[in-house]
Amino acid sequence: MSEDFTAEGGHGAVPTEGVETGQGKPARRTWPLYEVFVRGKRGLNHVHVGSLHAADDEMALHNARDVYTRRNEGVSIWVVKADHITASSPAEKDPFFAPAGDKVYRHPTFYAIPEEVPHL
Amino acid sequence: MTVTDERPHHALEEGFDATIAADQRIEPRDWMPEAYRKTLIRQIAQHAHSEIIGMQPEGNWILRAPSLRRKAILLAKVQDEAGHGMYLYAAAETLGVDREELTEKLIESKQKYSSIFNYPTLTYADIGVIGWLVDGAAICNQVPLCRCSYGPYARAMIRICKEESFHQRQGFELLLAMVNGTDAQREMVQESVNRWWWPSLMMFGPPDDDSPNSAQSMAWGIKRHTNDELRQRFVDMSVPQAAALGVTLPDPDLVWNDERQAHDYGEPDWAEFKAVIAGSGPANAQRIAHRRRAHENGAWVREAAQAFADKQQAADKHAGATA
Ligand SMILES: [Fe+2]
Ligand SMILES: [Fe+2]
Repeated sequence: MSEDFTAEGGHGAVPTEGVETGQGKPARRTWPLYEVFVRGKRGLNHVHVGSLHAADDEMALHNARDVYTRRNEGVSIWVVKADHITASSPAEKDPFFAPAGDKVYRHPTFYAIPEEVPHL
Repeated sequence: MTVTDERPHHALEEGFDATIAADQRIEPRDWMPEAYRKTLIRQIAQHAHSEIIGMQPEGNWILRAPSLRRKAILLAKVQDEAGHGMYLYAAAETLGVDREELTEKLIESKQKYSSIFNYPTLTYADIGVIGWLVDGAAICNQVPLCRCSYGPYARAMIRICKEESFHQRQGFELLLAMVNGTDAQREMVQESVNRWWWPSLMMFGPPDDDSPNSAQSMAWGIKRHTNDELRQRFVDMSVPQAAALGVTLPDPDLVWNDERQAHDYGEPDWAEFKAVIAGSGPANAQRIAHRRRAHENGAWVREAAQAFADKQQAADKHAGATA
């Protein structure tokens, strides 16, 4: 009877057949997408935690506080419009990072030092 | 973002398969099979909708919570569910859909949400039982999703699981207070457990031999355990908890099986399950109508904020030009 349902989706079983998935083209103009970075505590880097939509930068900061730091998860938040991020592309992956690949002499383990020499 | 990887198709597919085989994570801009992407969009979107619709049955009791303490707790819990929806819409968007579009699909019933939220919350004991059983079942489903092969979904699930523990414990504590109260309160808890037990078991979906889609999801590392494995885990966890509350789980076939080292239990009514998801549950129409109303009533706020942002931007540009 039920070949088109499964427990996918953590909150309980939902249909898996006859469900539309969407095109990424909303009918109306929507607020821009922001990426959110949170510093968990002093001494740590900001870390990417997710994204949200907001009309402007200030609203993005407030929304980020409400969505991503309801339990003191952060002491500082950065928000940046997703459009403003430049990323290396997956296609470039191999050649892009290749220059570091053959420079084993950048690692301390490259150098053989007699064991009796201390503090090296 | 579009995928710009220009390696030949078979090389892309081999790369994807190797990543899955090594139990590594697929990230948004990686090449992925179209069916993998669609499965994830469907799953994450309908998970997000479940969190958002899930605010309604509990929100129903915020104004009637019996003390300021209980009101503050319930408010925080419902806020968390909104947050869960937001984390998940953010994860879905990394697959090339827009959350506005997903909301449209929800209110047009082209995407669904968990059947459990189509049952009404008739008494205050339901708030405790939802925390205990419904969030408890969600935890069983969600913990393995923290290791899902799709990175953004797995990371969202880690955040969510941290918060779910509060949800389950506040529910159980509420029930403990009630069963230590009057006879009427104890009866109210038992009556609520009677209504929610079977729908909670249905949250895990049909039996394994009735879920052919599960196999593909497991091969892709999206799903880690079968429906029946998760349901068994939930039953075994719930039995001692029910004993601690002094309530009876409404299943005459529920009995410890020494050979299996697990509980045997009765079969949920799958016809009811299917009918409730399809739209004939007690509260389907009300849930969707409410979501639609909230979305439409909020339209002017979204538009006003956009108009304000546009104006600010124009003013900044002007100031920049004349400086
Ligand atoms: Fe949740
Ligand atoms: Fe929850």
